[in-house]
Amino acid sequence: MMTFVAGHISYWLIICLMMVGLYTLMSCSNLLKKIAGLSVFQTGAILFYVSLGKVEGGTIPIVAEGYSIYSNPLPQVLMLTAIVVGVATTALGFALIVRIREAYSSIEEDEITTMDHKDD
Amino acid sequence: MRDNLILRVIAKALIPVILLYAFYVQFHGDFSPGGGFQAGVIFSTAILLYALVFGMDKAADVLSDRVLIALASGGVLLYAGVGVASLLLGGNYLDYNVLADDPVAGQHIGIILIELGVGMTVASTMLLIFFTFARRMVIR
Amino acid sequence: MALTIDIFLLLFLIATAIGILRTRHLFAMAMMFGLYSLLVASLFLLMDAPDVAFTEAAVGTGIATVLMLATLAATRRSSEKPRQRFSPSALIITLSTTALLFYGTLDLPNFGDPQAPLHTEMAGRFIEQGQQDTGVPNLVTAVLASYRGFDTLGEVTVVFTAGVGVLLLLKRRRKPVVRGKSHAR
Repeated sequence: MMTFVAGHISYWLIICLMMVGLYTLMSCSNLLKKIAGLSVFQTGAILFYVSLGKVEGGTIPIVAEGYSIYSNPLPQVLMLTAIVVGVATTALGFALIVRIREAYSSIEEDEITTMDHKDD
Repeated sequence: MRDNLILRVIAKALIPVILLYAFYVQFHGDFSPGGGFQAGVIFSTAILLYALVFGMDKAADVLSDRVLIALASGGVLLYAGVGVASLLLGGNYLDYNVLADDPVAGQHIGIILIELGVGMTVASTMLLIFFTFARRMVIR
Repeated sequence: MALTIDIFLLLFLIATAIGILRTRHLFAMAMMFGLYSLLVASLFLLMDAPDVAFTEAAVGTGIATVLMLATLAATRRSSEKPRQRFSPSALIITLSTTALLFYGTLDLPNFGDPQAPLHTEMAGRFIEQGQQDTGVPNLVTAVLASYRGFDTLGEVTVVFTAGVGVLLLLKRRRKPVVRGKSHAR
């Protein structure tokens, strides 16, 4: 039981982290905060993948004399590119926020929705 | 911010070091942690620091939008071009073994070239995004 | 020992994320976001992923924070305080997703278990053959650039496309049009 908890507690904490991000995304009406919540969620998912690649007693995956156990390089590769792609798409989100601010002069979701309903 | 003496002196000392480090990460990425993605981001951080301390106009003099767009698309083209080159030499797409007589040497050439392409695209795209945002900021 | 540090860093991370959720100052949120990325980068380093830590440190604390500040400067209004509202439906969705994910972890192998299927199937091939195949000691670079080169080409294209998208959205300098006043646009 103890080994099971010790072996899984980091997964559980990472899931809690992701869920804080998800709640931020859904409950905040400020668009900038929504994007921040999305980033927290995304980082949590990346962290989860990288944590799966860790091998007990292993070292960083760079081949060198005297080491035979290495952590798994595959999740690291996938997540490395995901981080850079993530920031590029986040920047696209920011650009949309700037345009929304210019069109509605607000970045609060509920204000924008009321404005849209007035139009109809 | 342009009048802050301490910031200017520190930035002047730091920027060349960051640029040099970016190139080290780019070309030593085969043997130590690093590669095109990291080098591109670090390179753009140096230019970003320069733009923040010395002003956007001076930074835009060095790297205009035109140059950045050319670099960004050039990086993707270089990457895809390596694939086409390996096709023309009789291998599969992005199979570097055929790029040289010795497969391992071919792999080395291919990896360095595509990492260069990745670095170019990432660095110039990050700078392009930052400059576009910063211009909106100044207008207001 | 490493597990204790892991747990402490994760707890700090959750605290920072809650801080991001609860703060009413967007500027403070941007600063906390930088701190958050730094903590994530140190966790990556503990999980034997220096390449990923490197990227996260440069991207998260450098570029992403600066971009957030730039957006803040471009959208600032004189008295802008984001309203925090309690949303029961969001809480229910979050809690049920948490429960499902917790249930899903029960089948996972222990953290760092060398016998996990992930480490016994594919990774062995990369670790044993990687250096002979590519001549590159850094296996992350070998997999990124050679074995999965096609994948990385796609990622680079996505970065490029996102840059083009930002340029298309923000390049034109136009006077802000207030919605509701001008119908005929």
